[in-house]
Amino acid sequence: MSNVQDYKSSLSNTESRKFETFSYLPQMTADEIRQQIEYLVSKGWNPGVEHCEPENAFQNFWYMWKLPMFGETDIDAILKECEACHAAHPNNHVRLLGFDNYAQSAGASMVIYRGEIKY
Amino acid sequence: MAKAYSAGVKEYRETYWMPEYTPKDTDILACFKITPQDGVPREEVAAAVAAESSTGTWTTVWTDLLTDLDYYKGRAYAIEDVPGDDTCFYAFVAYPIDLFEEGSVVNVLTSLVGNVFGFKALRALRLEDIRFPVAYVMTCNGPPQGIQVERDIMNKYGRPMLGCTIKPKLGLSAKNYGRACYEGLRGGLDFTKDDENVNSQPFMRWRHRFDFVMEAILKAEAETGERKGHYLNVTAPTSDEMMRRAEYAKEIGAPIIMHDFLTGGLSANTQLAQWCQDNGMLLHIHRAMHAVLDRNPHHGIHFRVLTKVLRLSGGDHLHSGTVVGKLEGDREATLGWIDTMRDSYVKEDRSRGLFFDQDWGSMPGVIPVASGGIHVWHMPALVNIFGDDSVLQFGGGTLGHPWGNAAGAAANRVAVEACVQARNQGRELEKEGKDILTNAAKHSPELGAAMETWKEIKFEFDTVDKLDVSHK
Repeated sequence: MSNVQDYKSSLSNTESRKFETFSYLPQMTADEIRQQIEYLVSKGWNPGVEHCEPENAFQNFWYMWKLPMFGETDIDAILKECEACHAAHPNNHVRLLGFDNYAQSAGASMVIYRGEIKY
Repeated sequence: MAKAYSAGVKEYRETYWMPEYTPKDTDILACFKITPQDGVPREEVAAAVAAESSTGTWTTVWTDLLTDLDYYKGRAYAIEDVPGDDTCFYAFVAYPIDLFEEGSVVNVLTSLVGNVFGFKALRALRLEDIRFPVAYVMTCNGPPQGIQVERDIMNKYGRPMLGCTIKPKLGLSAKNYGRACYEGLRGGLDFTKDDENVNSQPFMRWRHRFDFVMEAILKAEAETGERKGHYLNVTAPTSDEMMRRAEYAKEIGAPIIMHDFLTGGLSANTQLAQWCQDNGMLLHIHRAMHAVLDRNPHHGIHFRVLTKVLRLSGGDHLHSGTVVGKLEGDREATLGWIDTMRDSYVKEDRSRGLFFDQDWGSMPGVIPVASGGIHVWHMPALVNIFGDDSVLQFGGGTLGHPWGNAAGAAANRVAVEACVQARNQGRELEKEGKDILTNAAKHSPELGAAMETWKEIKFEFDTVDKLDVSHK
């Protein structure tokens, strides 16, 4: 059994809490985040920023940061809104969505700033 | 002028071969691959298939003259060579829409693949494709929720979902079974799945299974903060019993149930799909028995037809083959029926085996499920082939991990996210797969161990049922 590694995850270990797509990868670098936003824009999706207290992240509705940025394709402008949302809510998860109005669904959704998880 | 009655046997082609006929937008069209007995002319046998699958019988009867048979009959309107195979040919048949009860794929199949398949003038017969007119599509209930609703219910965006079929498929007690589900879900899977053989056997009755599995889902959700599900198989000896199990699954809060649509039967499936729509439940569809019908290139029903039938009958997931795993499935043909599951309009494309344009109107799509003999090394190809709207399902490829299910699940989750990230960066997954996975494994010992365990496994048998275009 010495070669078998224990899977460290439990109700009491807050590091077990995930937040869907890309949450099993290490936090992305600034460059990597940029590449994902380029992809979202290249698909013609509308970027939108949302945030939420980590303990309420399971809920469907997070808080919208302003309105979705309809038609916005400037990567820097999108990043700036993510940063502004994070600055205003430093303890919250901040996620970036790409709204696909044809599929009426989010084509992309990723947490860009990870808030501190207490529970 | 009224027709006179003349008893006796007429040649089918006098009535049912109509090469000048232009199909109507409302006709149901079928393409059959016909292998005739020696010496029977193509037009005669094509007309015979049209007749026997619609209004005809072997002799003239006086009651034919009480109706307008020229309206109700099926018409063979075209014949084509099969590329690379002179033993058979394609016949195209048009059926007027009134021949079929609204919303009943059962009725359509009873005609199109009924008595005609045993007809003596044929050595073999295969239903290759059906074009359902949108007028007929709109009479069917279709998938209970559809792809977009499932994403919202499960909160999964921007990536394929991950599943795992619990093994061994028979013999576990309910608590041990629930344990196996819990381990997979807490490790990062979105779904676990009842094997199709698991119904309600003496070693594990359905109700105990549902209870233990539901606890597994709830605990894994609390632990990971993510939405989880398990396909609770409600396939049962009677449809009353099936409904009882479905009702209980809903009562305990399960998000998704499962049915085997061919062995369970299409009436039961359609009933269950409607119930799921009314009750906000997702429906996963297994396809046991499909290979009996669809594997022989000369006889039976092609899987693309079964796909259309299921989308009309109703289901949110359908097993599609993997292209890369242990089970049969040609790549181009698979891409053809994946489009047929998901898209709202599918163009005729012979290179993918699609014989007709198919308009699905506003009917939701079905998510293809890739399952069978796949593991982390297949992940780059799977993400490339199936895209985001799919469930990638690793049974042995999760449970066979040397450190257990949770580690196996985490390995698959890290792998799928690494592949999606790389794809979005514009990298070529199938070329750079090894690099992408090796890099991701630096942060995930679970993935590293999985890559070590399965690196040598390949499935490189030739496909038995190839597309006809590739025979030459």
